[in-house]
Order: sequence, then structure tokens, then C-alpha cells
Amino acid sequence: MQATRVKYRTERWGWVIRRPERWIPHLVLLAGVVLFVFPVYVAIIGSTHDAATIARGEMPLRPGPYLATNYVQAWLVGKGERVTASPVGRMMLNSLIMALAIATGKIAISILSAYAVTFFDFPLRMVFFWLIFLTLMLPVEVRIIPTYAVMTKLGLINTYTGLTVPLMASATGTLIFRQFFLTVPDELVEAAKIDGAGPLRFFFSILLPISSTTIAALFVILFIYGWNQYLWPLLITTTEGMQTIVIGITKMIGTGEAQTDWNLIMATTVLAMLPPTAIVLLAQRWFIKGLTEGEK
Amino acid sequence: MRRRAIFDNKGLPYLLLLPQLVIVGIFFYWPAVQSISLSLLRQTAFGFGVRFAGLQNFLELLHDPYYLFSFRTTILFSVAVVAVAMSLGLLLAVMADSPIRGTGVYKTLLMWPYAIAPAVAAALWLFLFHPSIGIIGRMLNAYGIRWDYMLNGSHALLLVILAAAWKQVSYNFIFFLAGLQSIPKSLLEAAEVDGAGAMQRFWRILFPLLSPTTFFLLAVNMIFAFFETFGVIHALTKGGPAKATETLVYKVYVDGVINLDLGRSSAQSVILLIIVGIGTMIQFRYLERRVYYL
Repeated sequence: MQATRVKYRTERWGWVIRRPERWIPHLVLLAGVVLFVFPVYVAIIGSTHDAATIARGEMPLRPGPYLATNYVQAWLVGKGERVTASPVGRMMLNSLIMALAIATGKIAISILSAYAVTFFDFPLRMVFFWLIFLTLMLPVEVRIIPTYAVMTKLGLINTYTGLTVPLMASATGTLIFRQFFLTVPDELVEAAKIDGAGPLRFFFSILLPISSTTIAALFVILFIYGWNQYLWPLLITTTEGMQTIVIGITKMIGTGEAQTDWNLIMATTVLAMLPPTAIVLLAQRWFIKGLTEGEK
Repeated sequence: MRRRAIFDNKGLPYLLLLPQLVIVGIFFYWPAVQSISLSLLRQTAFGFGVRFAGLQNFLELLHDPYYLFSFRTTILFSVAVVAVAMSLGLLLAVMADSPIRGTGVYKTLLMWPYAIAPAVAAALWLFLFHPSIGIIGRMLNAYGIRWDYMLNGSHALLLVILAAAWKQVSYNFIFFLAGLQSIPKSLLEAAEVDGAGAMQRFWRILFPLLSPTTFFLLAVNMIFAFFETFGVIHALTKGGPAKATETLVYKVYVDGVINLDLGRSSAQSVILLIIVGIGTMIQFRYLERRVYYL
């Protein structure tokens, strides 16, 4: 195999004609990369021009001179001539709080539940497990009005608690931790018991450390999940100060007229993509692990 | 399946389960039960109180041309999104699985769009396809295609499909690639020795062996197309023009949150509940298989 490949390579372009399987994949994969990168590239270009150039339909495919102006204005002010939103800095902070709280909360809550259902035997154990599992079938969309009513009654509209706590239940998180806990050797548990460790000591000193990769992998996925929430913040936040950045973009777009501050909208869009994309790229290994071992 | 070595403790497991059960009870089951009971009620005239209406809300929905149209839109939209996102994901995964250099780099360059929120994807596509300021929208109009997603329903539907599918390709790519990489290469080499061409190797060996992944992705993608694309539609078209992009989930939102028609919106929610239940069951069967057999 190796020898053939070297031979084809050294015949310079000969292999291109003889082995189409060698260059077709590159061509298709490059086309895929372009398909993904191009819309983002155009958004970045849009964030470097002024609103008037874009509104006239004259935006070129080269960067313009307004990069710094646009980003500073979006970050600190958020408002343009036609667009009103909170400063992007504020919205990014809200999104960050939401993403971190949801990711941490989901992990903490589901690791405790998984510990209970795998390492203890108690009446109604499987009933509780199914109660948690069946929430997979109850996304916000199927309980939208009554959930909103509950939130109003509890005074949780426009609060960080309201924005995050109701999203912290996690059926998949519980499933993933349970799956991992089932692989923990019985000898480890026995040894800990013989050494006199109680259930809490075992959890904190042994189980938590050996779960660290699973936790990291889940964190990456859940951070993205939290950052990208849409319907929930749309319902729960009504004041500008509580707005998250993804909702902010839609508010800025409004009806999508040509005559609006597209430069600021695009700057906001680019900023909104930055944290989750950076996490995927920087924590690639954990991202893949977290994704392929279970959803959400 | 259960462990052999377990702790003896009466109260602790309940305490450990408490936070999850509290959240699930208050924010999931209680509202879901209310959704179901609201779907059987109807507001009396002038909005004073409610009365029991049985299945009236459901029957009316099934005779409501707007609801049926929304059903049709949802099916069209979902099938298109799933078909585009899955076939592109599979194509890219097969290519990235071939023995070429730089597959690691391609993998990195093709998986990041997973991180983009559906509404953000919508903003990107809006900026490309805006009829008067978008680079592609302007080009279409310059070539004589009267492209305007704000006035033309088919254009609007096409645009939301493309934006939603674009965001989902990388998810399918990651799963298909993982599936392909778990198939032993010796099978393909044996087929090659037996004289099978590239197409035959794909359809006779790879595609059948990928079927568990494909079924799983089918369920996940359907759920994505149903629920998570709300952001795409809300950001791009708000269900318009003339309800052309009003999917079932978007209609629940419009009828419930904007028009405040509780009974009708709840009946729609219950129908969605049944749909998502079927999807979840398919997903669980796959999870179960992975847990026990792999």
C-alpha cells in the first residue's frame, strides 16, 4: 500500500489521471470547507464596512476600513442609527452566565442522580430513573404555556435563575454517567469499603477523579448547548439587560430591511459565534467524545 | 443491568436524586400535565373561565386548513433538511475516510459549524441571500431570477431549509465518520480483491454496515428539524410570507405566546408530544444497542 502510494506520487501528475480516487476526495472536502467558511467570511467582511455601503448593495468581497469602529460600537453601545439592542458586551456576559450555569448545573445534577441509581439499591430506583429518562420527550415546545405560567408564578421571569435552573435537568447526562459508572470495577468499590470509605468519601475521592474525562467531554457539549439556547431565553427574558446574544441578533435584524445597521449586526454575529466555535476547535478531542457518547 | 458492589444507605440516594427530581417535577411534568389538561379545555366567550371541551380542540385542529398546511410545510421542511444535511454529511465523511493525506485537518475544518446556533446560521444566510444587499441574492436578481424571500413563499422555505441544513451537516459528518472508521478495512480490501468497484464497495458494504448510525441520525435529525430550527425561522422569516414557513413548532409559539389561544396551542403541543415520543423511542433503541453490544 505504502509503496504504491509513493510510486504514484513520484510520477508527478501521472497519478492524477490514473488514480482519480486520490484527488476526488480532496476536491469534495475542499468544496465542503468552502461551503462552511464562505458565509462566515462574508459576515466578517460585512463587519468591516459601513452601513451605507452595505445598504447600497455595493459591499465588495474585500475587507473595508471600519473593523475597529464597528466592533467597538457593537461591544460598547449596541445601538446604531436604526438598530437597538443592548451592548454586545452585556449580551455576551448574559450568554456566558447562561452557558456556564447550564453546563455546570447539568453535570452536577446528573452525576449525583447517576451515582444514586447505579451505586445504591433502594425502593423505586428504576421508577426514578425512568422519570428522569422520560423528560427527553418533553422539550420546551410541548409545554410552552404552562411552563411560562409556572415561571411567572415563581417570579423567575427576567432572572438568571429562571434562565438557567429549569434547563439543568439532564436525562442524557444521567444516562452517560450511569453508563460510565457501570464500567467501574466492583473491586474498586470493595477495596474502598474495606478501607473504611463511606459513600460520600468514595464519590469525592475515587469516582469524581476517574470521571474527569467524561465530565470534560460533557462540559464542551453542554456549554455549546447552553450558549445556543433560543426559545427559552426568548420566553424568559423581556428586558434589554437580560438579553442573550443569540436573541439579540434576531432583535437587531427585525424585519430584515436593507436600510439597517448591517455592519453592527454582522459584528455581533461574528462575536456570537466566537466562544462556542473556539471551544470546539480548542477542545476537539473532548468535543468528539462528548458528542458521540450521547446527545445534549 | 446492575452493579454487584453497592452501598447500603437508606436516605442518601433520595437526597442525591432530589435536585434533579425537583427540577423535573416543577418544570417538566407539572407543565406537561397541564398542557394535556388545557388541551381538553376551552375558554368561554369573552374569556371568563373555561369549560371542558373533550377532544373538540383536536378535532377542530384536524379540520383547520392552516394547521394542515402547517403540517404539510413541516413535513416538506423536515424531509428536505434531513435529506440535505445527511447526504452531504455522508458524502464528506466517506471522502474524509479515504486513504488520503490531511484527513485530520479536514476533520477539524468540517466540524466547527456544529457550534453555530441555528439563529446565527440564519443571520449568516440572510446576509448572503438578502434580495438587495446580499451577495448571492443580488447575483440571482442580476441574472434575471426574481429572488425575494420576503415576498415569495417558496424562496422563503428554500432559504430556511438551506440555513438549517447547513448548520446540521457537520453533526452528521462527525457521526458518519466515526461509523465508517469502526468498519474493518479488511472487508473493503477483500471486496477490492474480488473486483468490486468504488460504487459497489460503498453500496454493498459500507452503506449496509452504517445502517445503525444512519437510523440514529435519522431520528436525531428529524427532532432537530422539528424543534431546534425554531431559531432559524424566527430569525429569518417569522413564519411568513403568508405562513409559508410556519412549521408546527412555530405555530405552537404563535398561537400560544402571541395569540394566547391556550386550548388550541396546548392541543398542538400534545400532538408534538406524540411525535417526539416516537422519535425518542427510536433514539433510545440505538443508545441501548450501543450500551450493550459495543
